[in-house]
Amino acid sequence: MTLLHTTARILRQLRHDKRTIALLVAVPTLLLTLLYFMYDNQEMVFDRVALIMLGLFPFIIMFLVTSIAMLRERTTGTLERLLTTPLRRTDLLFGYGIAFGLAAAIQATIASALAYWLLDLDTAGSPALVILIAVTNAVLGVALGLLASAFAQTEFQAVQFMPVVALPQILLCGLFVPRDQMAGWLQAISDVMPLTYAVEALQQVGAHADATATMWRDLGIVAGVVVLALVLASLTLRRRTP
Amino acid sequence: MIEVKDLVVDRGKLRVLDGFTCSVPTGSITGLLGPSGSGKTTLMRAVVGVQLVRSGTVTVLGQPAGSAALRHKIGYLTQAPSVYADLTVRENARYFAALHGLDSAHADQVVVDVGLGGAATQLVGDLSGGQRSRASLACALVGKPEILVLDEPTVGQDPVLRDELWARFRQLAADGATVLVSSHVMDEANRCDRLLLIRRGELIADDTPAAVKASAGTEDLDQAFLTLIRRHGDALDQGAPQKGESR
Repeated sequence: MTLLHTTARILRQLRHDKRTIALLVAVPTLLLTLLYFMYDNQEMVFDRVALIMLGLFPFIIMFLVTSIAMLRERTTGTLERLLTTPLRRTDLLFGYGIAFGLAAAIQATIASALAYWLLDLDTAGSPALVILIAVTNAVLGVALGLLASAFAQTEFQAVQFMPVVALPQILLCGLFVPRDQMAGWLQAISDVMPLTYAVEALQQVGAHADATATMWRDLGIVAGVVVLALVLASLTLRRRTP
Repeated sequence: MIEVKDLVVDRGKLRVLDGFTCSVPTGSITGLLGPSGSGKTTLMRAVVGVQLVRSGTVTVLGQPAGSAALRHKIGYLTQAPSVYADLTVRENARYFAALHGLDSAHADQVVVDVGLGGAATQLVGDLSGGQRSRASLACALVGKPEILVLDEPTVGQDPVLRDELWARFRQLAADGATVLVSSHVMDEANRCDRLLLIRRGELIADDTPAAVKASAGTEDLDQAFLTLIRRHGDALDQGAPQKGESR
C-alpha cells in the first residue's frame, strides 16, 4: 500500500509543477523536429537517428529529473522523516520508478505520435514497440538516477553524474560508430552498458516488421538492470546517517 | 519510555555525545534544552533511529531505537520543515497519514488542529515560515504517535498558537504518549514535566523545572540555566571529575 501512496504522491508533486510537465512534453518533440530539419532530404538517416533518439531522450531526461528529485528528498529532510515511518525503502524507490515511468509513457507517446505522423518517421516494426522500449529506457534512467543520487551530496554533484553515467553509454551504444566496427575493448565496455541493449532493441524494431527474439532479449536485459539498480539503490539508502 | 545509555556519537571529526545517559518517561513532556551545538538534535536523531552511533544503546518502548516495529509509533519533527514544498498542506498530511495506514479525514483534522485549516489547499512552498513549520508538525502528529520527538516545534509561531500547540502536546502526553521537545524558549521549558539540560554533549541537569530552579537558587529559569552552565563550566575548568568520564 505504501508503494501506491508514494507513487501517487510523486505524481501529485509533478502535477503541481506545470512547467516541468511542459518541458517533459516539449523538449523531446522540439529536438525531434530539429533532427527532422537537420536531415532534410536524408530520410534514411533521419529514420535511423530519430528512432534511437526516441529511446534516448526519456533516458536522459528521467535520469536528470530523478537524481535531482531524490537529492531534494535528502536535502529538505523529507527522506530522513520518511525513514522514520513504516515506508519501506524499496517502496520509495519503486514508487519513483513507477511514477516517472508513467510520466515517461506519456512523454514517449506524444513524441512518437509527432515523429510518426508529422515527421514521417518510418520503421518496419510497430510504434507501440518503440514506445514500450522508450518507457523501459525512461525507467532505466530513473533507476540509475536514484542510484547515482546516493553518491551525490549536492545538486552540483548530481548534475555532474549525468555526463558520467549517461554520456559514455550514448557514445558507445552504436549510434555514432557501429558496434562491430569498434576496437575490441570498446566493444567489451559497450557490452556491459544497458543502453547498448536498449538501442539494439530499437534497431530491431526499425529493421523487422515483427518483434524479434533479440529485441525481447534486449528488453529483458534492460529490465533486469532496472531491477538491479533499484535494489542496489535501496541498499545504498541507509536509514542511519552520520 | 526512552532510555539512552552511554551513547557516543561522532559527527565528522566532532564527538557530539560522549557517554550520554538519560531517560524520558512515558505519559509526560520532557524538554531538551541547551545551547546550539550542544547535541540536542543528534540525541533526537538517535532516538528516532536515523543517527549512526558509535557506541551505547537507545531503547524506545523496550525496543532498540530504529527497529521496524517502532516506525508505526514514532512522530518526528525535524528542525527545518521537512515537507514537500510542491504539495499542498493537505496532500502532505494525507501522504504521511497514508504511510501509517490512516485515512484522509483524519489527516484533514490534524491540519485543522495545527491551525492550518484555512491554508489546507495552499502549496507548502507558498506558505510563510511559521505556517510551513506547522505543516511539518501536522505530518509528525498525523500518525497518532506514541513517541513524539519534536525539534524546536514552535519556532516562529505567535504566542496564541504556541499556547494551543502546547495544549495539544499536553493532551497527547495525558493520553499516554512520550513527548520529547527541544526548545530555546524558557517560557516553554516551564511547561515541561521534566527538563534535560545538555551542554557540549553532556547532561548537566535532569529534573523538574521547579527543582532546576531551586538548585540554582533562582525563580527565573533563564537565570537558572545560566547559573548551571557556569557552574558546570567552572567544574570543567578546574578539572573536576565529570559525568561520562567515569566509564
